Amino acid sequence: MNRNESEVRLMKGNEAMAEAAIRVGIHAYFGYPITPQSEVLEYLMEEMPEDGGVVLQAESEVASINMVYGAAGAGTRVMTSSSSPGISLMQEGISYIAAAELPCLIVNVNRGGPGLGTIQPSQGDYFQSVKGGGHGDYRLLVLAPNSVQEMVDFVFEGFRLAEKYRNPILLLADGALGQMMEKVELPPAGSLPHVVPEWATRGKAANRSQNIVTSLHIEPENMEKVNIHLQAKYETMKVEVRSESLNTEDAEIVLVAYGLSARIAEKACDLAREKGIRAGLLRPITLFPYPEAAIGALAESGNVENFLVLEMNAGQMVEDVRLAVNGRKPVHFYGRMGGMIPSPEDVLHEIEKIVEHSSVKA
Amino acid sequence: MENTMISCENLVYDNHMHTLTGTAFHYCPGCGHGVAHKVIMEVVQEMGIQEQTVGVAPVGCSVFAYHYMNVDMQEAAHGRASAVATGIRRVLPDKFVFSYQGDGDLAAIGTAETIHTVNRGENILMIFVNNGIYGMTGGQMAPTTLAGAVTSTSPRGRDIAVSGSPIKITDMLAMLPGAYYVTRQSIHNPNAVRKLKKAIRLGFEYQKLKKGTCFIEVVSNCPSGWKMTPVESMKWMEENMFPYYPLGDIKLPAQPIPVNNN
Repeated sequence: MNRNESEVRLMKGNEAMAEAAIRVGIHAYFGYPITPQSEVLEYLMEEMPEDGGVVLQAESEVASINMVYGAAGAGTRVMTSSSSPGISLMQEGISYIAAAELPCLIVNVNRGGPGLGTIQPSQGDYFQSVKGGGHGDYRLLVLAPNSVQEMVDFVFEGFRLAEKYRNPILLLADGALGQMMEKVELPPAGSLPHVVPEWATRGKAANRSQNIVTSLHIEPENMEKVNIHLQAKYETMKVEVRSESLNTEDAEIVLVAYGLSARIAEKACDLAREKGIRAGLLRPITLFPYPEAAIGALAESGNVENFLVLEMNAGQMVEDVRLAVNGRKPVHFYGRMGGMIPSPEDVLHEIEKIVEHSSVKA
Repeated sequence: MENTMISCENLVYDNHMHTLTGTAFHYCPGCGHGVAHKVIMEVVQEMGIQEQTVGVAPVGCSVFAYHYMNVDMQEAAHGRASAVATGIRRVLPDKFVFSYQGDGDLAAIGTAETIHTVNRGENILMIFVNNGIYGMTGGQMAPTTLAGAVTSTSPRGRDIAVSGSPIKITDMLAMLPGAYYVTRQSIHNPNAVRKLKKAIRLGFEYQKLKKGTCFIEVVSNCPSGWKMTPVESMKWMEENMFPYYPLGDIKLPAQPIPVNNN
């Protein structure tokens, strides 16, 4: 394999993401095995070149995320990955990383919960991902891939954004995206240059004052200033909002779904169109910042009568859709939980019920 | 902040070290932290490694260690200092990396990180200040609090049947192959401080060899938490702490390595 050139391969999501991590030039990966993402650590252990980054199996996800903190604070490009229970264990460290403004990439290959749950795919970690799973007022920039290709692309995009904003980036996938194989184009290595930041703790040069990586600001006046700064940063991050629209121009019903659910929703829209129902899809690609303007514009549209939010959880993102729609149109929800994946036919059935009910009312 | 809280009018030692920031310590009168900080930074200065040194501060009384130690530092979450130090050292393998941790941090909440860091033989220096109490939160029972000792969470004295025995984590760690140099020192008199400094010098020098973790326990005092005068606390430490935590080397490198003491 020549990593200096782009390459097209058939790969599993987790392995493609790990290959992307090598190509983006990570200096270190720290992780702990957990299904359904252990292939990331396995692949990196096998494939990381001799002169490449550090790959270390830590004693826990708690240790992993704190190793990420240390390596990110040392000004290197560093990542970790896990699945839901492991990501829960990392929340303390993620809060510290966000507060200390350290760039890094964290991958959650979401599985069914709560608790030990199941190893099957789920989107039950939406709240934890976008509302702040750890303590305090902080935000992660959350990227939600819906293909193996995007698992790869968002590793590069994730580090670009992390280093631009000095903020941890969460790549929120799920067990299906991690495990499924698709054709993927891998970008060449070296396409995202890394610059050692001046704030990094690498030894105090004689000509500068000490660099300190900390989240401790004991005086409330100072702590408030830090919070104001962070909130202002999160506002500027909103220009990174991304979503994708499919057939929404004439849609009477707009499905809103991200990740794997968006793949299912797309198929359900096709089935609905075959039955003469004008269905469209709005797919949030960034979950924070949330594409509220794109959804708001659809809520203003004269042809849109209903929204249907599809998630593999009990209804989490639907709250953000309702905030964006702000009462202008009905917002319905359909979801499966605990690792169950809804079928396009299930979703079509929901679409039909909503449209039928709507026309009866009219 | 520190300068407004603490007046320097009683300063008995004028600091000309460039490895200390010159900020007056916030520690209580008689506390051992200030001595430990100064000795570590003396070693960094004498070895001329300020530009190659990165420290990790804990959660505990020494949470503000970076206000005093004039080296690049990271503040770790409670108990996680050795994992943070691992992250730093792994990406900067030729730098000197040390963690500075208290007993609650290292031997209670951070036990897993402590054991596995040493077991991997991370090439870092871990400095473990054991004063047998949670100082910063106001004098609660620590994992190293002696049997029968009264604290705010053991008001009738530490009951071994309920809370277990004070943990001798340094002795435990010495059993791990990853531990290269393990010693227990103190700060209770000038001679002890000199020995501590020698140990810290070894701890830094040995990092160059990349042979494993150096671990130095510093048995220390907490006059405020122990509700004693500084002099009483030193005496109590000698009479009560040292019998349970005896001073001296616990694990020495298999083959003595000549160390340049210039």
